[in-house]
Amino acid sequence: MSDKKVPNPKTYKFDTLSLHAGYQPHKNAGSRQVPIYQTTSYLFDDVDHAAALFNLERGGHIYSRISNPTVGVLEERVASLEGGTAALATSSGMSAIFLTVMTLCEAGDHLVVSSQLYGGTVNLFRLTLPKFGIKCTFVKPRDTEGFKKAIQKNTKGIFGELVGNPGNEIMNMPEIAKIAHDAGIPLMVDATYQTPYLCKPFEHGADIVVHSLTKWMAGHGSSMAGILVEGGKFDWMQNDKFPTMTKPYEGYHGLSFAEEFGPTAFTMKARAEGMRDFGPCLSPQNAWNVLQGIETLSVRMKKHCSNAEEMVKYLMGHESVAWVSHPSVPDHPDHELAKKLLPNGRGSMIAFGIKGGKDAGVAFINNVKLASHLANVGDTRTLVIHPASGTHSQMDEATLKFAGLSHDMIRLSVGIEDIDDIKNDFEIGFRAARKPRLVSNQ
Amino acid sequence: MKFEVNGNEVFASTGGRPFDKKKPLIIFVHGSGLTHMTWVLQTRYFAFHGYSVLALDMPGHGLSGGKSLKSIEEMADWVNDVIDAVGYKEASLVGHSQGCLVTVECTARYQQKIKTLSLMGGAGAIPMNPELLNLAENNDPKAVDLMMDWAHGPAGHFGGHPVPGLYHINTGGMLAKSRTIKETLGVDFRACDNYKNGFVAAKKIKIPTLSILATDDKMCPVKEGKKLADLIEGSKVDIIDNCGHMMLLEEADRVLKVLKKFITTNYPPLNS
Repeated sequence: MSDKKVPNPKTYKFDTLSLHAGYQPHKNAGSRQVPIYQTTSYLFDDVDHAAALFNLERGGHIYSRISNPTVGVLEERVASLEGGTAALATSSGMSAIFLTVMTLCEAGDHLVVSSQLYGGTVNLFRLTLPKFGIKCTFVKPRDTEGFKKAIQKNTKGIFGELVGNPGNEIMNMPEIAKIAHDAGIPLMVDATYQTPYLCKPFEHGADIVVHSLTKWMAGHGSSMAGILVEGGKFDWMQNDKFPTMTKPYEGYHGLSFAEEFGPTAFTMKARAEGMRDFGPCLSPQNAWNVLQGIETLSVRMKKHCSNAEEMVKYLMGHESVAWVSHPSVPDHPDHELAKKLLPNGRGSMIAFGIKGGKDAGVAFINNVKLASHLANVGDTRTLVIHPASGTHSQMDEATLKFAGLSHDMIRLSVGIEDIDDIKNDFEIGFRAARKPRLVSNQ
Repeated sequence: MKFEVNGNEVFASTGGRPFDKKKPLIIFVHGSGLTHMTWVLQTRYFAFHGYSVLALDMPGHGLSGGKSLKSIEEMADWVNDVIDAVGYKEASLVGHSQGCLVTVECTARYQQKIKTLSLMGGAGAIPMNPELLNLAENNDPKAVDLMMDWAHGPAGHFGGHPVPGLYHINTGGMLAKSRTIKETLGVDFRACDNYKNGFVAAKKIKIPTLSILATDDKMCPVKEGKKLADLIEGSKVDIIDNCGHMMLLEEADRVLKVLKKFITTNYPPLNS
């Protein structure tokens, strides 16, 4: 090792990891593609081997609710792309969030949560978690100081979407991470909208990242999947706030996850306890489907972002559009922050207000032909929805207002079709929106 | 568990089982800048199979107090002090990389106490690249990134961790960055570079010794490992193919299988 000039590390880069991380063909009959291990369970060599697996004495698979080789490749691949130490895939993005919270919290605990979240996530934090004795305080994503003020003695973490759904407000992640760490608690970030191609939250202070893999990571809109990823830097032993991480755990012969597994302790606990007891496992088929999408992640994200920037220009110059919200717009309040946190592109989610309010919005949605009207984002195809009557329709007026939603808002997830075709389709929608009654009577 | 050695608090993983002085003791010594966590896929097995295990955090590393020790000789004496501190008269030693230098020196010095010696990715000397040493001593994270690059074989670079969901290059890097790099990795690299007694110490060793080497180990190549093993009377060598220097994670099961056979044969567990 001596007397040679030190080169730069030759660990694989993002595009290579997207295709290869987590998989060694020579250990899988030389199969170039990741095999789909469509099995519930795995043979033990003998009784000693079985006991060793159950006792976490060695790595391996027992039962596909806990782990599966195909799902394991996906987990390692996403951990590698995020720069994390470990990951645990789940049946959906919502189950990843739920498992994260249940791994971190107990009854009597409290979380500080960004108010601008996907409607389902809002309901989880506002209505469902209190049933488990976990309470939350909501803070507007731009109110950085508000996050600090909301922290209580029993607060166990801060949670938010880096770019809020659907209003595109951006959390100041480095500053909010500092607030969390000063209080001795972790920052958990839903980075679904960004994917690791656009932002690596661990580099900006996040401790746990969750994704709905259903969206841009997969891209094809065929499969539900979620994941939680651990950054590995958070010191669970720095205070006495996390006894289930640091004290002997009855469920595994007195194991202390933090002592034994250190930078992967959270994921180990989420799997050993959360996946064992709640069971929101990802199917191997869906894991494989998501892996196919991840292989082209950077290629797709570049096209998503360039199409989105074209659409922003188009919408901003359109007579039927009242306002446009996208971090690439220079007068977007978080434009500068976006340049720092999202250096590879500002994402493909656009919110815009249509002139004519709710009726115009409904007419627009009902008349576009290429754009799909559905409750998903991050598909390779262009998607549109009217949040106030769709994704966020279970919210009352006050909650809608607090979440920054208006009745004229259209949420647009820009796909990777030819940009002229998307614009032409929108012209059809806008024409209908200008004459809602006429179109609706046709 | 935590205990005191020479006035400083020491942390050692007991492999998830209570420390039981009735059982024979195995001590695991980690490599440069790392911690007890590198051993998790070996220690838990022995702890559940009739041994008391201590996977040490060396002084100034991981969860242990004090400052990093500056020479391999000091570390060797300190491992001997650990055996005394926990009330044992004998132990088996397992070392990885720098931990091999430490355990070889410790065995040569305290031969009557050491029952078996297992070396993984070991060599008689580990001279450091001056620029890498300089990076580590100047607290540059590039030193860790380079170490993780060189420490994993071509297969290991793709991942494929035996524990589902863990990505070992990032995990290893995080362990090495968990304390101040210059105070852990920097001090350790300097200690390795300064150590010149490995081959002399090896010749003194007369106890059962096993060297586990890996075909793709760039940090302590097979050739260097064999050179050391050849000097130890009756030493056994096992070579793991398609694997790099981080064999204890990259090929944890194969390493455990070899280690298990060697230790249980030469230093049987309680109730064997």
